[in-house]
Amino acid sequence: MQKLVKSLEEAIRLAGLTDGMTVSFHHHLRNGDFVLNMVLEQAANMGIRELNVNASSVFDCHTPLIGHIKNRVVTGIQCNYMAAGVGSAISQGILEKPVEFRSHGTRPRDIACGKTPIDVAFIAAPAADPMGNCTGKYGKSACGSLGYAMADAMFAKKVVVITDTLVDYPLQDFSIPENYVDYVVQVDAIGDPKGIVSGTTQITRDPVGLVMASHAAKVIEASGLLKDGFSFQTGAGGASLAAAKFLKDIMLEKNIRGSFGLGGITGYMVDMLQAGCFQSLMDVQCFDLKAVESIRTDPRHREISALHYAAPSARGSVADNLDVVILGATEIDTDFNVNVHTDSNGYIMGGSGGHTDVAAGSKLCMIIAPMFRARLPIVTDRVNAISTPGRDVNVLVTQGGIAVNPRNKELKQRLLDAGLPVTDIQTLKEKTEKITGVPQKLVRGDRPVAHIIGRDGEIQDTIYNVVK
Amino acid sequence: MRRSMLFLPGNNPNMLINGSCLGADAVIFDLEDAVAPDQKDAARLLVRNTMRYMDFGGVERIVRINSADTDYWQADLDEIVPQKPEMILLPKTNAAEDVLAVDAYMTALEEKLGFGQNTVGLMPLIETALGVENAYQIASVSQRVQAIFLGAEDLTADLQCKRTKGGAEIAYARSRMVMAARAAGVQVYDTPFTDVNDDEGIVVDTEYAKGLGFSGKAAISPRHVEVINRIFSPTEKEIDYAYEVLEAIELAKRQGKGAIALHGKMIDAPIVNRAKQTVAMARQLGLGREED
Repeated sequence: MQKLVKSLEEAIRLAGLTDGMTVSFHHHLRNGDFVLNMVLEQAANMGIRELNVNASSVFDCHTPLIGHIKNRVVTGIQCNYMAAGVGSAISQGILEKPVEFRSHGTRPRDIACGKTPIDVAFIAAPAADPMGNCTGKYGKSACGSLGYAMADAMFAKKVVVITDTLVDYPLQDFSIPENYVDYVVQVDAIGDPKGIVSGTTQITRDPVGLVMASHAAKVIEASGLLKDGFSFQTGAGGASLAAAKFLKDIMLEKNIRGSFGLGGITGYMVDMLQAGCFQSLMDVQCFDLKAVESIRTDPRHREISALHYAAPSARGSVADNLDVVILGATEIDTDFNVNVHTDSNGYIMGGSGGHTDVAAGSKLCMIIAPMFRARLPIVTDRVNAISTPGRDVNVLVTQGGIAVNPRNKELKQRLLDAGLPVTDIQTLKEKTEKITGVPQKLVRGDRPVAHIIGRDGEIQDTIYNVVK
Repeated sequence: MRRSMLFLPGNNPNMLINGSCLGADAVIFDLEDAVAPDQKDAARLLVRNTMRYMDFGGVERIVRINSADTDYWQADLDEIVPQKPEMILLPKTNAAEDVLAVDAYMTALEEKLGFGQNTVGLMPLIETALGVENAYQIASVSQRVQAIFLGAEDLTADLQCKRTKGGAEIAYARSRMVMAARAAGVQVYDTPFTDVNDDEGIVVDTEYAKGLGFSGKAAISPRHVEVINRIFSPTEKEIDYAYEVLEAIELAKRQGKGAIALHGKMIDAPIVNRAKQTVAMARQLGLGREED
């Protein structure tokens, strides 16, 4: 059986891609990805139109997508995250059909159950053999885990692996096995290593970020969850990483042996594993070179699929076994609803990613955000878009105080007993507005440009076009 | 309680508005070294407005004005004193006369504003060899002086020696400052530790200052505040012991005894005083006992 084809054009033709079909992409190559652009350009050249793009994330490197939308090569988008480059164009209404946002857990769930079927999955693979066994752990474009691509590989009607590092059969340490793969294409480069993973992710030096991080670590310490068997997830933002560092210090000082670290994994989580804070890392995505090195060499550092990570209907997901997660927010309202989809002017510049999933699954979901950014307060009466519902958010940590969701009376008492600066969210809002003033209410259009699909499969919120 | 005093550049709005969130017991708005000559007036007004409009909660506000040998210090005081900072930090204080000159100007301002005398305190910053030698006179010349503060960077320049992390070159100055302050009955603050990346160095330096008898320590980086606060706070053991001392004294009083021993050691007046200070600080930190 010959799977290795001569060109991307041949793979597209053999896969039977035609007008109106759905193509899928993963985002492990992040802002260094060449594959989404490469495939859409080839499809456009072949005269294919009205494609539906199901990409786990859309980054700024994907701005050629805007041209494909205008030329009707692409007429539908489903994703979990959309950076500002394409997001601002979408917000201005260039796509007729609203974008569908899902979370990292609901996307593979809906692919698996057939709600969002994929005709052809194009899987960027940093290393692959001619039969399609592939991985992100090796090769010049190594990205570590391929967790977001696994559901695509398992459930798409046709699967095309695109690699720039073709190795001899069999690639032993594969992430996706050949039995899911139809065609393999070798290209010069699948991405720009500079945009794929950071050299190192750094903890913040910003004094405000450090204060928030210190508060965050103390909240975890006071929560009662920090004991042997503890599990933890945090983002790659500077303050979140600083919180992980402070948490590591507490765990080592108190000799606490945690169970697992989850999520997008950074070098800081690897440090915690190596220091004995965790017994394993469950990794759906690597953020930096240290994480890539670790997943390649340390058997305790496990690659997991997005289904295993966070799918709501899975028979078991790691997110549902998580103790504590630290997450960010562009806005949070007085009901603790969090927006990570739009900026304060209503433009799409993000998305839930795993935010919604781990908020729902964890025992303690902590949002860490400054009281204001660029003169705009973080706490509002109502967020522009509900990415994560307030019922799943337990506490907001800012430099000016810690607000506990009124649903969590016991947690609030624990934080008070620990002498932490607990306040209520309304007070925090008023305190911030004393500094920033009250911003003008956002005027939005009446045309839906995106729907945010909740974990229950229903529309959780709608993002409207921006009126200039 | 003033364990930590954090310097905030007077021309940095982001630092100023977040000043009360950085964990320090006091912030020092700096109009002197952090501000270039062509920005002196802008910083002065920015600090004035920050103090006027921002609520710093329980965080003390101190302002470092420009030194008395510049053209700026009076204008600084004209704008700042009306905002009622807890203290003015007066740099390059060499002698008691420097204090008296500024004190007189502040008294006149307070009268004009209808404030009581010494509403705003004064903390001379001693950072020259002459200043160190005159430390007691500086600390005791006016009721307005609440504390003195050692500035080691300028001092070592004046001493014509290198500033080291070990601090042997300022050992005498540190001891002399503590002695002078305690003799004059005022507080005394240690120079900042300047390497913001040396997490162990700040601990060693702060423990050393605490051991010498300093009341607290200044910081130029918010990263140092937590360490300073921790080291200048009483430990759980110290708090427990302080309560034991006070209970023992209470018992002695009830029994009509003049002296009493605790763990085989006589409890005398200095030990009782220290125990009272420790309990008072524990209460401020929320670490006191319910019966308080």
